[in-house]
Amino acid sequence: MQKILSLLLLGCGLLLAQPPSGIAIRNARIVTGSGPILQKGTVVLRNGLIDAVGENVTIPADAWIINGEGMTVYPGLIDALSTVGITDPAAAASPAGAIRGAAGTPTATTPAPVSRGPEDRPLTTSWLKAADLINTADRRIESARNHGFTSAIAWPKKGIFAGQGAVINLAGDKSADMIIVPATGQYLALVNGGFGAGYPASLMGSISYIRQIYADADRYARIKKQYAENPRGLIRPEYDRALEGVLESNRILLPANRRVEITRMIAFSKELKRPTVLYGLQEGYLSADALQAANLPLLVNLKWPEKAREMDPEYIESLKTLDVRDKAPTTPAELAKKGVKFAFYADGIDQPLDVIKAVRKAMQNGLSEADALKALTIAPAEIFGFADRLGSIEKGKIANLVVTKGGIFDEKPSIQHVFIDGVKYDPAPDSQTPAATGARTTGGKEQEQQ
Amino acid sequence: MKRFLIAFALAATLVSAETFVIQNATVWTMAKGKFTGSVVVKDGKIDQVGEKVMVPQGARIIDAGGQHLIPGIIDAHSHIAAEAINEGSVSVSSMASIDDVLNPEDIAIYRALAGGVTTANILHGSANSIGGQTVITKLRWGTDAKTMLFEGGRPGIKFALGENPKRAGNAAVNVGGGGRQPRYPATRMGVEDVIRQAFIDAREYQRTWEDYKAKLSRGERVVEPKRDLKLEPLVEILEGRRDVHAHCYRADEILMLLRVADEFGFKIRTLQHVLEGYKVAKEIAAHGAGASTFSDWWSYKVEAFDAIPYNAAIMHKKGVLVSLNSDSAELMRHLNTEAAKVMKYGGVTEEEALAMVTINPARQLRIENRVGSIEPGKDADLVLYDKNPLSNYTKVQKVWIDGKMYFDREKDLSERAVKEARKKGLLEKEKASAPVQKKDGAAPRRGGPAE
Repeated sequence: MQKILSLLLLGCGLLLAQPPSGIAIRNARIVTGSGPILQKGTVVLRNGLIDAVGENVTIPADAWIINGEGMTVYPGLIDALSTVGITDPAAAASPAGAIRGAAGTPTATTPAPVSRGPEDRPLTTSWLKAADLINTADRRIESARNHGFTSAIAWPKKGIFAGQGAVINLAGDKSADMIIVPATGQYLALVNGGFGAGYPASLMGSISYIRQIYADADRYARIKKQYAENPRGLIRPEYDRALEGVLESNRILLPANRRVEITRMIAFSKELKRPTVLYGLQEGYLSADALQAANLPLLVNLKWPEKAREMDPEYIESLKTLDVRDKAPTTPAELAKKGVKFAFYADGIDQPLDVIKAVRKAMQNGLSEADALKALTIAPAEIFGFADRLGSIEKGKIANLVVTKGGIFDEKPSIQHVFIDGVKYDPAPDSQTPAATGARTTGGKEQEQQ
Repeated sequence: MKRFLIAFALAATLVSAETFVIQNATVWTMAKGKFTGSVVVKDGKIDQVGEKVMVPQGARIIDAGGQHLIPGIIDAHSHIAAEAINEGSVSVSSMASIDDVLNPEDIAIYRALAGGVTTANILHGSANSIGGQTVITKLRWGTDAKTMLFEGGRPGIKFALGENPKRAGNAAVNVGGGGRQPRYPATRMGVEDVIRQAFIDAREYQRTWEDYKAKLSRGERVVEPKRDLKLEPLVEILEGRRDVHAHCYRADEILMLLRVADEFGFKIRTLQHVLEGYKVAKEIAAHGAGASTFSDWWSYKVEAFDAIPYNAAIMHKKGVLVSLNSDSAELMRHLNTEAAKVMKYGGVTEEEALAMVTINPARQLRIENRVGSIEPGKDADLVLYDKNPLSNYTKVQKVWIDGKMYFDREKDLSERAVKEARKKGLLEKEKASAPVQKKDGAAPRRGGPAE
């Protein structure tokens, strides 16, 4: 009831704030992402949505006009697997191998109890939702936005069952404004506490744990249903928040970076019988056929393998290592060739400019610009089921746009404006270098509220 | 250059089954003695074996004059090709399975092939009284994890007695040390207790499910019991559907395990390492357990001191089915000469010795209808040596699994230069495309969450 009330209130607020004017970007090159590129078109934004797009659009008399001559309009970029906005240590990922003991936040003085088995639900916070954790003060939000990222799917990443991701817009005064889809699936990682840290302490332990959790979850769903139908004479099912979180998730993310892991996780996904998205995929070029046959959506990590910075100069790496480093960036092109659906993510790349650089590397290795753009716009939207709202420039979709001079994947992209929910953000002139800040300026919703 | 071309042509035909005849080889059948003659391979199976055979039309002829052909070596105890070995957190880790972590890209597979091994039982480690599930694999190098599995191979499980499983219970000698909580058990008595308790739990679990199913069939309203993936493999042991491979050293703990198994009505399929097996060979034979040991590897810990090189021969003579295993990616490459040592220490015949790494481990793993000897109808898993396989001077020339060649010494040698050139090319390419050092040398600034 309270929820309905607040929704109503929100609705009223929107009504009151309804801007009389829209924004029109005219005479721009428009890469819609859903049809052919418009060489000279207009896009009208109103109420935070795309009101019209086309070559012969009548510009409303009350609209603010942006002259798009010499500019290109793109759908806003989406990072499909990010921790942007999540700063809570309960959900932030720890460095590999640093996770100790059961769920929670152990301190130096009170070590977490050693987990004795699956029943202790180790490394599990499946009930966490990124939507509840977004911190608007995270500077990465603005930094990503300045580089053309208008949305991200933010995920809790700590533990084996880390919690559910959320699709967020990378602008908003409060976190509630930012949420587009509050729950997009469960993030799983095959981490463990290491030898001596309690169950699970190995890769096979983690896999066996996940298997047990799903066996438990399926039973939990059945006995809860049985109890709900008629509780008389039955022992009540014991509430299990770990299983609640697992059952609430409409899909799972499984890690699959190397060929061995890709094969393993394709099989594991079939066994678990859950809609699955694989992430990692840097050796995807070796598994393109298997991935095509498996027909699972993929998230390709843009952090291409690099030579370790501090390595014994005498050490000669194996042919396999050198080969993977050389060929990993061909993965997107190989997947595109096979018609496998994939989105990009930039996990582990600190600077948004390096993300664009990594995309360029994939393009230098055979990926078309159109496919690169897809992997950062409509593909993540389709994979996570919000393509009806985001991912391309179409009438009725959320007004998330990037306006550039030159191409968005140019070596030094020149981003002029970023629109999120129809609000215009202009990156400061020097902001497309690391760690600079941008300024939210005029237009749309925000202006109306003043 | 011509040599490379030939190598490439060979590479193309390397892994595809064809009909071929190996002629003029000394054939160690491990079933009907040794003779000089031919083996015909067709559709991945051994088709004919004999001094004179019918050569099928179009069959490729391999002249192996002066060379020796043996069935592929079987390693009953290996830890290669797995991305995890021990789920060491709990003393009963039967929910963990090597099947989940097989790594078909482990280079140790290829090296084992080069040592004549074609089949290996990949075991969980020995950190737990009851360890994880094991799998039998064929070393089909270059395929995937599923293809490596020995078709219809019987599920197995690792048990471990003595120092390894009890070590984690003793804080003072804890491997890794540093703040770890000791894990029960800390003594051999404790190991016995853990195993016994696990089977008591497994029986209880078995009954719970039987009870549930009975009530359900009577139409009663009951709540479905929890599945326990730890206890299910133990129920399979009780029902004779899963084989136990038990790591052990001392005579007393061996007898303990045989008694516990008798108490719960199951059999220990193999005792692994079993360095004091010679002391209780009669009891092992009476139980029907196989023994898989080392030829002369010992003294690496206290429980491995009272060992003798005659162990394998003595157990064999007392009627125990004996195999020699590697437990090591290195030892795995010369199991043939390990077998030969049993001739020196114990006086077994050549064929009895070679049986300890071929047909005997096949029987222990219950795969002797498929592998372990050269007989018509069996899988064409074959190893061609240039000299007597029990000689120190012998070298593996070719290895086939299911009639497909997985190792060819000539090809390996000729490909080395090609691989070296590729590697050099990649290194140079990387060097050429390396980013130029920034002038000011400053590290790039890093963004991050706001504090």
